[in-house]
Formats: sequence, C-alpha cells, structure tokens
Amino acid sequence: MPRKTMIEAIRDAMDVMMSRDEDVVVFGEDIGYFGGVFRATQGLQAKYGTSRCFDTPISELGIVGIAVGMAAYGLKPCVEIQFADYMYPAYDQIVSEAARLRYRSNSQFTCPLVVRMPTGGGIFGGQTHSQSPEALFTHVCGIKTVVPSNPRDAKGLLISAIEDPDPVIFLEPKRLYNGPFDGHHDRPVTPWSKHDLGEVDDGHFAVPLGSAAIRRQGNALTILAYGTMVHVAETAAAEIGIDAEIIDLRSLLPLDLDTIETSVKKTGRCVIVHEATLTSGFGAELCALVQTRCFYHLEAPIVRVAGWDTPYPHAQEWDYFPGPARVGRALIETLEA
Amino acid sequence: MPDPSLTHDAVIPRREAARSPESTPLKLHVPEPAVRPGGTPDFSNIRIPRAGQVDRPPVDVDAEAIRDLAFSVIRVLNRDGEAVGPWAGALSDSELLEGLRHMMTLRAFDARMQLAQRQGKTSFYMQHMGEEAVSCAFRKALLPGDMNFPTYRQAGLLIAGGYSLVEMACQIYSNTHDPLKGRQLPVMYSSREHGFFSISGNLATQYIQAVGWAMASAIKNDTKIAVAWIGDGATAESDFHAALVFASTYRAPVVLNIVNNQWAISTFQGIARGGSGTFAARGLGFGIPALRVDGNDYLAVHAVAKWACERARLNLGPTLIEHVTYRVGAHSTSDDPAGYRPKTESEAWPLGDPVIRLKNHLIVRGAWSEERHKQAEAEIMDTVIAAQKEAESYGTLHSPQHASARDMFEGVFSEMPPHLRRQRQEAGV
Repeated sequence: MPRKTMIEAIRDAMDVMMSRDEDVVVFGEDIGYFGGVFRATQGLQAKYGTSRCFDTPISELGIVGIAVGMAAYGLKPCVEIQFADYMYPAYDQIVSEAARLRYRSNSQFTCPLVVRMPTGGGIFGGQTHSQSPEALFTHVCGIKTVVPSNPRDAKGLLISAIEDPDPVIFLEPKRLYNGPFDGHHDRPVTPWSKHDLGEVDDGHFAVPLGSAAIRRQGNALTILAYGTMVHVAETAAAEIGIDAEIIDLRSLLPLDLDTIETSVKKTGRCVIVHEATLTSGFGAELCALVQTRCFYHLEAPIVRVAGWDTPYPHAQEWDYFPGPARVGRALIETLEA
Repeated sequence: MPDPSLTHDAVIPRREAARSPESTPLKLHVPEPAVRPGGTPDFSNIRIPRAGQVDRPPVDVDAEAIRDLAFSVIRVLNRDGEAVGPWAGALSDSELLEGLRHMMTLRAFDARMQLAQRQGKTSFYMQHMGEEAVSCAFRKALLPGDMNFPTYRQAGLLIAGGYSLVEMACQIYSNTHDPLKGRQLPVMYSSREHGFFSISGNLATQYIQAVGWAMASAIKNDTKIAVAWIGDGATAESDFHAALVFASTYRAPVVLNIVNNQWAISTFQGIARGGSGTFAARGLGFGIPALRVDGNDYLAVHAVAKWACERARLNLGPTLIEHVTYRVGAHSTSDDPAGYRPKTESEAWPLGDPVIRLKNHLIVRGAWSEERHKQAEAEIMDTVIAAQKEAESYGTLHSPQHASARDMFEGVFSEMPPHLRRQRQEAGV
C-alpha cells in the first residue's frame, strides 16, 4: 500500500473529491499557484484550473463568507484558513451563518462547506501559529468538528467532510503533517513512511464522522485523546509500561460516546488529554459525559492533562506543551488513586 | 469633484487661534446630526439635483469615468409628477400600476402587522414606511433564479415577487404554518423559490455571501446574478469591506445595494459614513462603478437596478448603488424615534413619499385617478386583512397553536446526531 505524509493524504483527498465532483472548489490564502504554505493544495490549480482552485485576498471573513454563499448556491467549497489562529475574523460567518443556515431557513438553504485549518503547537509558532480552538467550534450548534491524527484518517475524514451536507471544521494538527510526533521534541522526527497509519489507499474511501478509533486495547485505564496527543499518549503509556486503552476520538462532534463509555466502564479509570488550554476546553465536556455515563464504574477521579491557561508562549513551548512526562504523571496518579 | 459636504452633518470646526502644533491639545471629533428632538428639521444641506439631470452612461462604462454619479442623485420623477431625463421611459402603464399596487400592499401589510404586534400576536415587527420603492422597484429588474441577500427591510422583494402574504404572516406569527417552523424572528423570511435568501438578522454578514453566490454562478458558467443588501449603518462592518474587495477582485456578477435611510436605530448616518462624501463613494476605491439614486422614486430605482443588473449579466462585474431614502417609522417595534430625532423630521424629508409620487405620476400619465387610488387602497387593505385572518386561523405566537417544540430539534443537521436525539427525548417532545 502506498505511504503518504499527512499533507499528501490531505491533498489526495481534495484531489479525489475534485475529480469526482465538479462542485468541489478549493480556495484560501496562498493556496492557488503556490500550493499553500504547507503545500496541501500543491498542483490542484494546475490540474483543475483557476476557477476551482484560487488564491484569495487576506480576509478570513471573506473566505468563509463567500464559501457560505457558494454553498448556498450548490457548490461544495473546501477552504483553507492558513492557521487556525487566524480564523477569528471568520468566526461570525461560521457561528452565525454557516452553522445556522439550514436551521433558520428550514433546509431551504444549506451549507455543505469544509473549513480546513492547521492547528496545534510544536513548531515554535508562538501565540499566532499554535492555538487549538476546537472547543470554540464544538460549542456551536450546527457544525461538525473533526481532528485527524494520521494520514489514513486525514484522507478518509476529509473525504467524509467534503461529502457531508453540513459545515465541517477540519482541524489539522500541523505538528503531524510530516510524521507522528511522540512529544519528545529533542529526538529525531519519525517519518510517516515508517508508521502503519502512513499507509493510505489510493482513490476514494471514507472514514465516517462520529466514530472513534481504539489505537491501543488495554485494561488499566482509558486515555481519551485526539490529534497530536494520541501519539504523545501512546508514548507516555509505553514508557511507563501501563496497559492503557487509548481512544483516538477523531471526530469531536458528533462524538462516539458509546466507544468511550464501553471503554471507561471496562477500565474504571479515565485520563483526558488535549493541547488546548484547560479551562472550558473540550476535556471539560468529555469529563462531564464520562462521569454521567460511568460514575458507578469509576475507581479514580477523572484527570485532565491540557495546555496551561496562558497564551501559547514562544520560548517556553516545551514547558507549555503537555508532553509525555506530564501525561505519564497523570497516568500514574490515576492508576494509584 | 462636487463638494463632499453635501449632507447635513458636515459642520466644519472653527479654527482656534494659532498655536504651535506641539502644544495644541488634541480633541476627539464625534459627528452629530444637525437637529435633535425639539429642533426644527433641516435637510437644507442635502443637495438634490433636479430630476432628469444625471446622465445615463453605457453599461460598459469605466468606473473612473462616472465618479460624479457617486456624489449626485439619479432622479426621474420631477415635482410635477412627470418622468424626465435619460433614465426615464423603461416602464409601461401597466407595469407602473403593478408597482404602485406592490408598494401599497407592503404599506397595508406593515400597518396590519404593526398593529398585530401591539395586540400581542407576535413579538416583534419591522416596517418599511417611506422605503417601499426601493425593494418593490428593484425586484422588477430581476429574473427567475437571481438571488437576493436581503436585510429585514426589503419585504417588497417578496411582495413584488409574488410571495404569499399568508406565508409572510404565518412566519411573523410563528404559527403551525410558519414555513420556518418558529425558529426565526418575525420578518426574517426565507424563500429560495422567490430568490430571497434566508435573512440572518446579524447585520452585514450576508453582503459577502451574496458575492460568494455570484462567484459560484460564474464558476458554473450560469446566467444568474446575486443582489446584496445592506443599510447605511451596517456598512461600517468588516463584512461590507470584504464584500467590496472580493466583488472587485473576482468581478462577481453582483449588485451591491446600500439603503441609506438616514438612521441606524438612533444613530444618524454620519456615524457610519465618517468623513466620506457619500456611501456610494466607498465603491470608487475598489474600481466598482457607484451610483446614487433617489430611493423614493420608483422609476429611478427601477432604471438604476436594470442598469446594474445588465452589467452583472454581461460579465462586466459588480455595481454599488446607494438608495437615498428616509426611514419614516421606527427602526422596529422596540424603539421610539421621538427619543432621537424631531417628530416632524419625516415631513421635511425632501424626496417625498414614494407611493404618492408614483400615484401622482400615474395620474399625470392619465392612467390613474384619486378616486381609483382610494378604491385600490380599500381593496388592498381587504386583501391584506383576508390574508392576515387566514394566517391567524393557523395560530399566533402565544396562542395554543404555534410552532411545535419538536420542530426545535429538527434541522440543526441534515440527520439528527445522537446527542440531539437524547436531548429531544429528555425534553419529552
């Protein structure tokens, strides 16, 4: 099976969908001739022409605003916000418009669009290239929020997102673009070509939205993670030698609550891990759901490991990032509780 | 270049005695309207050219060549009720009579719904008094399939487009026949079939969406065009400026309308307009042809709309139109204009009443009379009341018959996800 980086897999998903469906259009800042700052759209303009893949002015509001109008017309825009940190000018268009169009028009108008955004830290991007704003989307009714952790899922989930009849926020952990990142920033990067999940089928395949994946079966405790933290959690559990069950949520909304519930009822212990800041993060929602569903099976308090409640710093990146050491301490604490 | 101080707020501050720039204390400038409650209405600074004075350029004109149109006002109907000048002559007697009927219907509908709100049959209403010509006349320049992205004060697009008054009233009442299932505020209509995009209720957000819709039509080599609508106040939003950037960059087949009715709730238009001469002039920096039109002149609005739509259809790109009009009524049922402007200001408005002006024109043409007008008013009111009665037979907001609680959970997504299904179950509906 061919191996791809996450960027190649994402590009492949757009390529597959653009060739299957003439209504799929791709646009954003620097994504046309140049192929995007992370190269996700490289070659698409040459292949599909400037009316289906084009550069936009630097206006996130404008990018998502025209996408809403195009989606209402009947196209399927798959747009790029260069970094999730830049999406705030577009937030009103996402929250008040894309998310509510179907509802408020009683389905006369719908909004099948995908907003791709590189997310998360680990590249010394400081405050403006490192944020993880997923909870700002999961809190909004009418949009779906997806975070892949590997090339295979990235392709299958992006195809599902483009085919979905409703708006989807597609958050791409940028630290994973070139390889699975275990959280040890001082070690050499493992490329996706050496990882099983770097194997990506050619052509069309879909990973459904709303289904989690169990990355590691185990009995000692359950780790809920998504994006980069799936790999960090795997590393932390392996280094301590804990028999953890690691669930890669993949899709935060809709959420695969059944898989979570089954696992936590089995292990009786739950650790939630995300890069985003702690307070009101998606982990809070997970924590509430788990305690409601699994309270009488829990043998320890649910623990969250997250980014500190500070702006994402620059020089202190590795003090901020919840790496394997912090995750490992939380695992031990939960096991010993 | 005409004098940009053609509006009434332009007060030039007096120079103080000479001081060195280093020691001059800075002062914040906050524009104020010429008159506040208790004062005498004064529109003497609004420069209104005589009807028929403004040239009608070819539609493929370069924006640079018609810069003066962004500062003048295109008018067709003169004081004597005659249609004059190069923008006149596009509409037949029967088309004009139909236009009059649309405006009168909108006015009668507003009167009934305003009253219904006072009677507690709905929570909220927004009327069009004084602005009826803008949406009613513009609608007649459009073709089936074209799409409006309206604000809440363009219901004339629906009435002139043949939408049912009963459905409008059902939406306002959020009753069992509300096409939007009680999910949206009154007057935030939506009808894809009638080229009327779902009104958000957030200001300006839809301006940029209209540009996107128009771009999609161009991407698909379609023939449909989009029409964007915004008020004077909301042009201050970033969405407005983004729309002008994108429309200009991609030469989108879109008509960008600004309805300048002088007031954004209690805030006079000078707060959004700032130091610019006119709202229309905002288009010039983007290379977008920009025109101002007498928004109370049915014939002028229609002629300018036709001109702009033709440009869009011929792939010549966007046009910016400022409709100069006046909001006679309150912003909505939630404010009282007596708190922020002279009570008699609307009577002093120099562009008159759109219904009376078209009525007088039809009389001058020999196609109408005062008697027939009175008769028509009564007939139209009967039609509106009949529609209202039918709508009320399906319930009003606080009657037992209103949109169901079950409908609240539908339509968030195309398929209801598990968490919403659980919540609906919990709600017991």
